[in-house]
Amino acid sequence: MEVLKIATAGSVDDGKSTLIGRLLYDTKSLTDDKLEAIEQRSRKNGYDYLDFSLATDGLVAEREQGITIDVAHIYFSTKKKSYIIADTPGHVEYTRNMVTGASTSQAAIILIDARKGVIEQTNRHFFINNLLRVKEVIVAINKMDLIDFSEEKYTQIKADFEKLMAKRDYEDQKITFIPVSALKGDNVVHRSTNMSWYKGTTLLEHLEALDLAAVSNVGTPRFPVQYVIRPKTDEHHDFRGFAGKVYGGELSVGDEVVALPSQTRSRIKAIYFHDKQYETASRRSSVTITLEDEINLSRGDMLVKTGNLPSIDKQFTATVSWMDSQNLVPGKKYVVQHGVNKVLAKVSTINHKIHPDYSGIDKKTDSLGMNDIAEVTFKLNKPIFYDPFKKHRTNGSFILIDTQSNGTVGAGFISED
Amino acid sequence: MKQDTSHINALENEAIYIFREVAAQFERPVLLFSGGKDSITLVRLAQKAFWPAKIPFPLMHIDTGHNFPETIEFRDRLVEELGLELIVRNVQDSIDQGKVKEESGRYSSRNSLQTTTLLDAIEEFKFDACIGGARRDEEKARAKERIFSVRDDFGQWDERNQRPELFDMLNGQIELGQNVRVFPISNWTELDVWSYIQNEEIEIPSIYFAHKRKVFMRDGLIWSHSDYVFQEEDEEVLERMVRFRTVGDMSCTAAVFSEASDIESVVAEIRDSTISERGARIDDKRSEAAMEKRKQQGYF
Repeated sequence: MEVLKIATAGSVDDGKSTLIGRLLYDTKSLTDDKLEAIEQRSRKNGYDYLDFSLATDGLVAEREQGITIDVAHIYFSTKKKSYIIADTPGHVEYTRNMVTGASTSQAAIILIDARKGVIEQTNRHFFINNLLRVKEVIVAINKMDLIDFSEEKYTQIKADFEKLMAKRDYEDQKITFIPVSALKGDNVVHRSTNMSWYKGTTLLEHLEALDLAAVSNVGTPRFPVQYVIRPKTDEHHDFRGFAGKVYGGELSVGDEVVALPSQTRSRIKAIYFHDKQYETASRRSSVTITLEDEINLSRGDMLVKTGNLPSIDKQFTATVSWMDSQNLVPGKKYVVQHGVNKVLAKVSTINHKIHPDYSGIDKKTDSLGMNDIAEVTFKLNKPIFYDPFKKHRTNGSFILIDTQSNGTVGAGFISED
Repeated sequence: MKQDTSHINALENEAIYIFREVAAQFERPVLLFSGGKDSITLVRLAQKAFWPAKIPFPLMHIDTGHNFPETIEFRDRLVEELGLELIVRNVQDSIDQGKVKEESGRYSSRNSLQTTTLLDAIEEFKFDACIGGARRDEEKARAKERIFSVRDDFGQWDERNQRPELFDMLNGQIELGQNVRVFPISNWTELDVWSYIQNEEIEIPSIYFAHKRKVFMRDGLIWSHSDYVFQEEDEEVLERMVRFRTVGDMSCTAAVFSEASDIESVVAEIRDSTISERGARIDDKRSEAAMEKRKQQGYF
């Protein structure tokens, strides 16, 4: 059984938390004590229905205000799959949390309030899923009960969304429309009896049928050295292992590799996972590799296969999603954390701001504020080994750390050279 | 041979990656060890992360003094067998120093008093990273937790101002005095932990398996009869077959009726259970936001 990570996106009151609560309830994933707590609280709030958002809104302030402030991770499983849902806030000021949620997900659910249709926020949600190259997008048109389950209105919203799809630059995305009522449970897990005109699958049926291999972005193998293991015990006196996670494809014993930045060549001698040896290390496995030759490698260095080198450069241009209340300004220095590698970076230029509602770009830009998205050129104090984000989701992304506050202030997606 | 890519294996790989990030990014990490199934799982994962080298940080137990004796016996044996370094700090000392006051009455517990002892120990040893076995599926405030969660020098969690965590890049940069709480098994569920313990044949304290114990009933929960647990005179002591799903202080951990005496039947029981793991945690029943409040104060 494999795990599917999903991020939700929607505006305030579109019913994201309710949808997740409904998924949990209808798949019988809510335990009796949690259900009882929801019933009690719903009664206390004077509702005449069960408020499923209480299953996911974990903070006091969220329950008081009835909104989601921060990403919550929700877990449930069926006989077919395990699911992790990042329930992300819909407020415009929480764009950073949407980027956060989508960064680890293979699928996204964009919610639309059927009464309101495609709004500016919908553009933004779709834009972020595009930017992050999420392959599987489900557009859940919610609150169908409030528009009398009208097929006509649903068709109109779908057509409006399709117009939006023409504007995206990442076309390798599968988009599925499902009319639902999260509150009443139509087409979430159970098929709606109120929308006989809808012939597609329910939301859960769709998720269950997803092919995980097809929704994963697989690039070429990259092996950043995370930690050097030197036991120096009698038993393993000469052991010198390079621990790390395989990004992209696979690495096998005997593969000819190049160590970066030194560009020294060697071969993979052994692949360990704990005390067991393997022939091949697959994508995302945290293995320890030993090499045939004594090469000096430390944290942040990288092993790649010969004939398949990434860009090795002291500057790059990237799309940046800014997440801090302090503005990003040219000339300022930040730490770029690229995988496990940290280098000092200076912002050379902000080339242009990108309006995340597909309304174009803004060339007259001298700083970036919270939730701005822009194309930025950086200069680094040391070269990093990167691929463009379009070709490699892991080796093409980075975070920006403020040297004073130590906070994570931005996320970046490296452009093609 | 190729590694398998099942769900549990993916979680294991993710946790190992997190352990290595801790060892690489911090000067003085520590693994918070309670003797429960989650922290025992952490120890196994840490062994795997650094093999064939030893685990490069000590374990620390904040001992309430009201533990199940089986847990303490297990703790000491594990440390001995694996050659690990164990630090123990006692809540009783914090009480003796007048820093915290023992609760009294029906629901008295030392659980929340642990926070003070923990924060003092972090300061004493200048720990900059404290690895814990919390999981996001445990409790709704836990579901909001980052994998690297920054605490200020009062140990406080600012739940409304957490660092964004993107892709698998973990930012462990902090100022002197701050510390990071690290949760390598954030994405595991209770069933995942049990399945892992089963697959790996990891030994766990006997109280997780069904055994006869003196108990009494209160508020629909099964409480252990013990000197550490306040009991009214009219609360009748019964002997029943029970086991524990979660192990904390005796005064805040309720038992469940069970006949599950081996790991297979425990896993089967968890799979069919209609009550959440923390449904038997008396400390969570204090209020709807009990966990969130404790975390704001520095609870692990």
